[in-house]
Amino acid sequence: MKSELKVKAIEKGTVIDHIKPEALYKILSIIGIEKIDTQVFIGNNLDSEKYGKKAIIKIADKFPSIDDINKIALIDPHAVINIIRDYQVVEKKKVELPEKIEGFVKCINPKCITNHEKVETKFKVVIKDEKVNLKCYYCEKITGQDNIEVIR
Amino acid sequence: MKNKSLISINDFTKEEYFRVLDLAEEFQKNPNQQLLSDYVIASLFFEPSTRTRLSFETAIQRLGGKVIGFSEASSSSVSKGESLKDTILTVSRYADLIIMRHSIEGSARYASEVSNKPIINAGDGSNQHPTQCLLDLYSIRKSQGTLENLNLFLVGDLKYGRTVHSLLMAMSEFNPVFNFVSPPTLRMPQEYKDYLDEKGIKYYEHHQLDDNLKHADIVYMTRVQRERFSDPMEYEKVKNAYVLNNKMLDNTKENLRIMHPLPRVNEIDTDVDTNPKAYYFEQAENGVYARMALMCLILGVVK
Ligand SMILES: [Zn+2]
Repeated sequence: MKSELKVKAIEKGTVIDHIKPEALYKILSIIGIEKIDTQVFIGNNLDSEKYGKKAIIKIADKFPSIDDINKIALIDPHAVINIIRDYQVVEKKKVELPEKIEGFVKCINPKCITNHEKVETKFKVVIKDEKVNLKCYYCEKITGQDNIEVIR
Repeated sequence: MKNKSLISINDFTKEEYFRVLDLAEEFQKNPNQQLLSDYVIASLFFEPSTRTRLSFETAIQRLGGKVIGFSEASSSSVSKGESLKDTILTVSRYADLIIMRHSIEGSARYASEVSNKPIINAGDGSNQHPTQCLLDLYSIRKSQGTLENLNLFLVGDLKYGRTVHSLLMAMSEFNPVFNFVSPPTLRMPQEYKDYLDEKGIKYYEHHQLDDNLKHADIVYMTRVQRERFSDPMEYEKVKNAYVLNNKMLDNTKENLRIMHPLPRVNEIDTDVDTNPKAYYFEQAENGVYARMALMCLILGVVK
């Protein structure tokens, strides 16, 4: 049986596939899973031809915004987003890293102005050694991929 | 350059820096000119820094400008809990230019977004202090006649020293050779070495300050601070290892100049002070001319 089918199929909605297992919980948090009121199915440590193990999230009746896709790209640039209608994949979106990230990631530097005053964070995305680094527009410090924390 | 803020060294182009340095040279020849007599300049030191503040305020006074402001946050509305945004929004309605120093990193960048008047960053925590870099460039060019092809020794705390990081970035435009001298725990961070590698600039690392100075054109000394060491024994071991004395300057090049951002503690022995190669007090003086030039260009009183 195909591994996707081990998690219940949805009629329409979004399937976030090929997530690295270690990225699953961060992605759930970044997309605000607790605020989603439609059916959600989550599978982890499923067999994957590409990575050995993978995670998958299926969200019924919801379609992602560009912002959501950007957020997912930050955590796992290998994830694939499938748009489902009538149980069929009608669109496959590879997540793509934006050049700039505004407003939803916290700067890691405790001495940064964005952690002291009500200032929306802004980062430039810099890829170094295949890792996503976010350079703060204000304090110029780097928030590394493993330290990305989402503001909600 | 009119109305442009200077927050980080990357905000200005090479040409703009040269314009500031050239004008600073003119002010050095003729320092008292009433160019800013119609201007009010705010000097907001949320964090005290006597040296930087006096340098800026001297520059303003020599140009006939008027200064408003405070020298520490406790004597301002900040102590009553006012936000930085509100302070800047208010002061930008009083003054024509705002000079600010703040311990919070990114504060000056934020202020420049909020303010409708230009901002000069006089230091934001460990982040940037671009006018220090400007006066360092001016001092190097003045003492060496050029910025090109120089051999620079950076000595002391190379890990946390924002001054040496800015200087490294700025001088990298001019084909230098760098020598880094520091305790093993305070070495130049990898990201800066990567940057030099990318640009194909040579650098050497040393853990001793001794007779390797004979090729140096500039020796830039910085303070090794006790609070940077988690192990006090480690500090005791290194604290006297990076002290420059007159004896070490034997057999060095004629054009060698010793620089230091000041204040000095003990890293340059006072016996160096009378050596013609000592340049740190002149360097401090140069800061006044560089700041005069910068303010005149930002306010547009000189083109
Ligand atoms: Zn920051």
